Amino acid sequence: MATTDMSAPLPGTDDAHATTLGLANDKMAMWTFIGSECLFFGALISTYLIYFGRTNEGPAPAGIFDIPFTSASTFILLMSSLGMVLALAAIQAGDMRRFRTWTMATALMGATFLAGQFYEFSVFAAEGFNLTTSPFSSSFFVLTGFHGLHVALGILMLLSMWAASMMGRLPQQLHTTVENIGLYWHFVDIVWIIIFTVVYLIPAAITIAPPTG
Amino acid sequence: MTAIAERPTTTPRRSVFRRPTAETGPWSWITTVDHKKIGILYFVTAFFFFLVGGVEALLIRLQLAQPGGTLLTADQYNQIFTMHGLTMIFFAVMPLGAAFFNYLLPLMIGARDVAFPRLNAFSYWVFLAAGIFLYSGILLGGLPDGGWFNYAPLNLIGPNPTLGVDPSAGSPIPEHVQRMVLYSIGLQIAGIASLASSVNFIVTVFNMRAPGMTLMRMPIFVWSIFVTSFLMLFAMPVIGVALWQLLFDVRYGTSFFNPASGGDPVLWQHMFWLFGHPEVYILILPAFGMVSEVLPVFSRKPLFGYSAMVFSMIAIAFLGWGVWAHHMFAAGLGPVANSAFGLSTMFIAVPTGVKIFNWLGTMWGGRIRITTPLLFAAGLVGMFTIGGLSGVTHSIVPHDWQQTDTYYVVAHFHYVLFGGSIFGIFSATYFYFPKVTGRMLDEKLGKLHFALMIIGFNVTFFPMHILGLWGMPRRIYTYADGMGWNFWNLVETIGAFIIAAAILVFMVNVTRSLRHGAVAGNDPWDARTVEWLTTSPPPPYNFEEVPHVSARDEAWHRKYVSDGSQAPRRVPAGASPDHGTPDDASPGEAAVPAAEAPAHGPAHDGASAIHMPSPSYYPAIAALGLPIAGWGVVAGGAVQVALLVLGGTIIISGLFGWVLEPSAEDH
Ligand code: HEM
Ligand SMILES: [Cu+2]
Repeated sequence: MATTDMSAPLPGTDDAHATTLGLANDKMAMWTFIGSECLFFGALISTYLIYFGRTNEGPAPAGIFDIPFTSASTFILLMSSLGMVLALAAIQAGDMRRFRTWTMATALMGATFLAGQFYEFSVFAAEGFNLTTSPFSSSFFVLTGFHGLHVALGILMLLSMWAASMMGRLPQQLHTTVENIGLYWHFVDIVWIIIFTVVYLIPAAITIAPPTG
Repeated sequence: MTAIAERPTTTPRRSVFRRPTAETGPWSWITTVDHKKIGILYFVTAFFFFLVGGVEALLIRLQLAQPGGTLLTADQYNQIFTMHGLTMIFFAVMPLGAAFFNYLLPLMIGARDVAFPRLNAFSYWVFLAAGIFLYSGILLGGLPDGGWFNYAPLNLIGPNPTLGVDPSAGSPIPEHVQRMVLYSIGLQIAGIASLASSVNFIVTVFNMRAPGMTLMRMPIFVWSIFVTSFLMLFAMPVIGVALWQLLFDVRYGTSFFNPASGGDPVLWQHMFWLFGHPEVYILILPAFGMVSEVLPVFSRKPLFGYSAMVFSMIAIAFLGWGVWAHHMFAAGLGPVANSAFGLSTMFIAVPTGVKIFNWLGTMWGGRIRITTPLLFAAGLVGMFTIGGLSGVTHSIVPHDWQQTDTYYVVAHFHYVLFGGSIFGIFSATYFYFPKVTGRMLDEKLGKLHFALMIIGFNVTFFPMHILGLWGMPRRIYTYADGMGWNFWNLVETIGAFIIAAAILVFMVNVTRSLRHGAVAGNDPWDARTVEWLTTSPPPPYNFEEVPHVSARDEAWHRKYVSDGSQAPRRVPAGASPDHGTPDDASPGEAAVPAAEAPAHGPAHDGASAIHMPSPSYYPAIAALGLPIAGWGVVAGGAVQVALLVLGGTIIISGLFGWVLEPSAEDH
């Protein structure tokens, strides 16, 4: 929303330098917002780490996570960042058709990731691991759930951009808007890399090689 | 000033609504994106909440005036003291600060508006929605009742576990749970408002400064906005996560804070205070900034130690993240943690002390003019110092064990919050009233207001130190006779009514002065910063020509010359050689009397025609969706789904309308 705020100078004109620091307002706003989001996910991840061992005799991390499956969906999400980069490059080059293709591809990859998460959650539920099982399960679902919500919002923005472009309402000068949405999308990806490492990989590694002593 | 210009797009676009055009009347306020109007909205709304919180305080004091008070039941008392705290912190002091941020930030840095005017309007409407949402508990299952910090596991079981599902209310959600949902979602919504404004203000300070306005030339109040915004930016997500976790616990059966299912109630305390201590600086730093503007003007001296003021503020903001566990000395964290946090708490008093000495240094040797703004500012310096010192006594752990959860703590935080923040806000109110309204507040009534307030304040809160040290716990709805507490409690209640009288005097003053106050002119106080160069009230575009800034106290340097050897000499506007750049376009602005200033737009139009952002319906619409979705969670059952969908739809369509909104020129 902030990205098309009227006060933002359009790029490609000298207005881009009319701000005191020469950085467009909306891009700075996105960075600032991302700073805030770091604390949001930081707090969620800390909670997860604190409740790591509190499983209430329910499933423990090592027993429940399916690393190969989640690795695959992680890979798809990472590739979506590549799609985002290509979409931005396309609109910057003025190739609107290619821009739409990559925007749609990015959104679809994001959706695939979400579908994977949905599937994973339903498998967990079937195995008796749900929101209320234990502090561990609560912190797992709330953390990954909020991440999923961020992905969903990103997809909504990507699809809106795609639709706007189809209707001819996304002029090429608005490539900074695309850039800002891209910033958001990459951020959400990076958060997932951290989650994947902290939530899935490290616990799995710990079980493979139990600490001695 | 392209940065604020509404830009015509090449393709004409359509929107559901035409862009609103009202310039007067209620619609102009609902759709406004002018930072000055938004600032006024913030002030009026927050002052209303201040009165509500004040009435709650009077009820608390009436109940405690005598032992065995029967005015309120325990349940009512719990709701009222909780709402008093929440109201004063989130709906009075924070938004009163935001009112001044909004009004003054662009004026002080020589901009025409903030970076994102519609986002700014959105913040206001979201804040209002949060207040209405929280207070809607009056009509639902009751108001939050666990204190402003709402400790676990009390927040899960409730102070009164017998409060069950009320079949007559027709809601499947127990009353206690409803209250916690109101708390959780209400503060969450308020947090969104703070987050949006912090992003907006940070970008504005970085990017919208007038030519020559370097960071170290910014008025100190702008620095306080800047630092406070960063604190909000990073503190809000922390409480946000804790509030979500609480919501999931009470409403959807998770076990974050529930010891019965393996959760850790102390985690709530950590999360709350990790937010809570930065929050107290969010409450006080704006007031520090305000008095740092007022004291130099009435001492007729520049601010003493400007850079020390800036860096101590930054130091406070950093250290503020490392002291939270001083609220948890009694939680059993162990001697190492307690000592560490005790030490860091003592450290944070150092930059705070630097500020106090700088204010004294500012007044020292100045030719002081005793005006109401000065009195309130000096009041802050005195009262805050008492509060800061009692804060340092809390940092000594064994000492704190004696004081914690007693009235001594209540005394501490009222000396910093009332004696600090509220005094600072009143100082700024008297100082800026002429700029905002064009008329002066009455000085006689103002001084009466100050006298009543400082007496009432000390009569109310000083005895709390004594009662606290004698062991009177806080958050009790009544106490037995024969504890030796009767006398001071009665005194405190009398003091509270003296404060109420002071506030009445203020309201009379405002009402009278709006109509009959002396006409102010541009610069009634002989002030130092650029907002006094423009008319009072300023035109929608703030400055006809954006001022070029060449000094820290730009306005002062345009009025005076000083060679250091003798007292500064006043010069005709524009003739000051101190005032640097020869290419400065608008040397004479300070001299333009209000009446001669153009009323309907800049005189020399031409190429530099000033486009101001058009009003918009969408910020208010998008904000409306938030409480609606929230009420769904309060209600539960089928209503929940319906209201969540409705609220979500309103938010999303509001945002789509916002993004796709054409600019006014398209019509
Ligand atoms: C010199 C700086 C300060 C120090 C050393 C300090 C220290 C403390 C300590 C140790 C406590 C915990 C007392 C207890 O519960 O046992 C406390 C409570 C509190 N302080 Fe401060 N403080 C300082 C400044 C401030 C400021 C500037 C504000 C707000 C404007 C503030 C607001 C509060 C509040 C609201 C509480 C009570 C919270 C509650 O339990 O509800 N303090 N302070
Ligand atoms: Cu604190």
